[in-house]
Amino acid sequence: MNSIQAKGKWWLYLLLTIAVIAVAAPFIWMVLGSLKPTTELRQTPPTWWPQNPSLDNYTQLFSRLSFGTYFANSTIVAVVVTAGNLLFCSMLGYALAMLNFRGKNVVFVAVLATLMIPGVVTFVPLFVLVANAGLVDTLPGLVLPFLVAPFGVFLMRQFILGLPRDLLDAGRVDGAGELRIFARIILPLCGPALATLGILTFLGSWNNFLWPLVVAQTEKTYTLPVALALYSKGQNSTNYGLLLAGATVVVIPILLLFVAFQRKVIEGIATTGIK
Amino acid sequence: MSTATERDAVTIGDAQAGPTGSTPSSRKRVGSRLREGRAAWILALPFLLLFLVFTVWPVFQSLFMSFTDTKAKDLRTPFAVAFVGVENYTRALTDETFLRAARNTAYFVVVGVPLTLTLGLAAAVALDRGITKFRSAFRLGFYTPVVTSIVAVAVVWQFLLQQDFGLINTVLGWFGIPGPNWLGDPNWSMPALIMMASWRNFGTSMIIFLAGLQAVPWALHEAAAIDGASAWQRFRFITIPLLRPIILFVSVITMIGYLQFFEEPFVMTNGGPLDSTISMSMYTYKQFGFGNYGYAASLSYLIFVVIAIVTAIQFRLLRENQ
Repeated sequence: MNSIQAKGKWWLYLLLTIAVIAVAAPFIWMVLGSLKPTTELRQTPPTWWPQNPSLDNYTQLFSRLSFGTYFANSTIVAVVVTAGNLLFCSMLGYALAMLNFRGKNVVFVAVLATLMIPGVVTFVPLFVLVANAGLVDTLPGLVLPFLVAPFGVFLMRQFILGLPRDLLDAGRVDGAGELRIFARIILPLCGPALATLGILTFLGSWNNFLWPLVVAQTEKTYTLPVALALYSKGQNSTNYGLLLAGATVVVIPILLLFVAFQRKVIEGIATTGIK
Repeated sequence: MSTATERDAVTIGDAQAGPTGSTPSSRKRVGSRLREGRAAWILALPFLLLFLVFTVWPVFQSLFMSFTDTKAKDLRTPFAVAFVGVENYTRALTDETFLRAARNTAYFVVVGVPLTLTLGLAAAVALDRGITKFRSAFRLGFYTPVVTSIVAVAVVWQFLLQQDFGLINTVLGWFGIPGPNWLGDPNWSMPALIMMASWRNFGTSMIIFLAGLQAVPWALHEAAAIDGASAWQRFRFITIPLLRPIILFVSVITMIGYLQFFEEPFVMTNGGPLDSTISMSMYTYKQFGFGNYGYAASLSYLIFVVIAIVTAIQFRLLRENQ
């Protein structure tokens, strides 16, 4: 240990602990608040611990409102979108990283050029397209535009570029077809990159808002964020306990998933900077 | 039988001669290259089809629509609409509400981005060298808000920001500060949204800064410390200059996100009070909701142009730096 190496200054630990509490406080308050009735939530000064904790808000959420359906919709959309990105992005990523083909550079530049295009630019014509295909207010309408994303291609291409090319030659010597080499030799080695892409895509889809807001028009296709946003503005806007329970249902599954896969998420952010 | 052995011979020959070597069986190698090209296109095709239909086509269609007076009733006939030239764009630039939205968005970006980056850098520096224990626990804690839904977070903050019984004003009250009516006062509504966005997003910049800080050679710090440089001087004259490309990168990705902010005002203020929090994305969505598709498309393109300019400036700054 040299003179300027930190020895763990106590005041810095104190400061960081206060900061972490401040960062976590809204979530803790959300969960505790979801166990309180609205009358208690409107008290001045506010209570921290629920006086009579109860799961009434959650019961209402799943019986009077259809949060079970919204939860299922969010899950189905996120799972299918994630599966599509894992499969299609790794296929193109492999072709760009290891194979030679006519038009390779054009494909690469075209995908690169759209990396920065924000969703708000395409949602109007996309809605026209989806409406004319008769897919408004359907789950396929929610899923189709997100089945592939440029980000996934870059992540997979970068990872596959780091694999030894000998694998390809070895597979060819063994007489394996090109697609078989991809499926049986390359893909099994992509585990770390697939895990990062999978978790980031799932998080993005679960939290996605603008497109589901446009396409989901009745309760049968609402995703959780859409339902929560519309209830918070509609006739349930004064039912604070119910809204906090709704927010908890949106946030908690993703927090659990994040804690389980945090190393993958953080690696992904650190290397690509895109969430 | 013979073809199989020949193919084996060719591939072995390939491997030995390498890509530039010439072997007698070059005709066969052309064949294998064709096979490789065909396989590559088969692998690329599903992505490219979806990509063309759902990304490339809408980008151009959006540009086309922005020069037309497309309305919701023209849904089935997107090309049988009147061409109006740049009318939508001139309308946008004289639309009081859109200009208000542009100013609000600029306010959100100009205050929000530096605040988010400062919090992220402070957290990263503290975690990188300041402490030795519980580093990953703190990192996890600071990053957590980033993965949560903005809608859910906005619903929660709506209550935290209540004037009378909100947690934030209660805490301010402990220090004798009377908290404002955050979301009801046009002067405090935007600061409230910026505060929430910085809280939610600084974790991303912290993670990228942490990765960047690991590339700063510790020997430089040691040498400067021996020469009597204080911790602040070392931060100012060693860490900051070496981090410059990363600071630029983080500011651009944060800026691109903040230029599109939408969920926060949609849930918390509906753009109010007195249009003080309406954003460019939200106004675009509202015009879309009114059925003014052509106008909404032109507004979305204006957002796109701003984002493209910001990105271009970033690349220029990076080049000058190298």
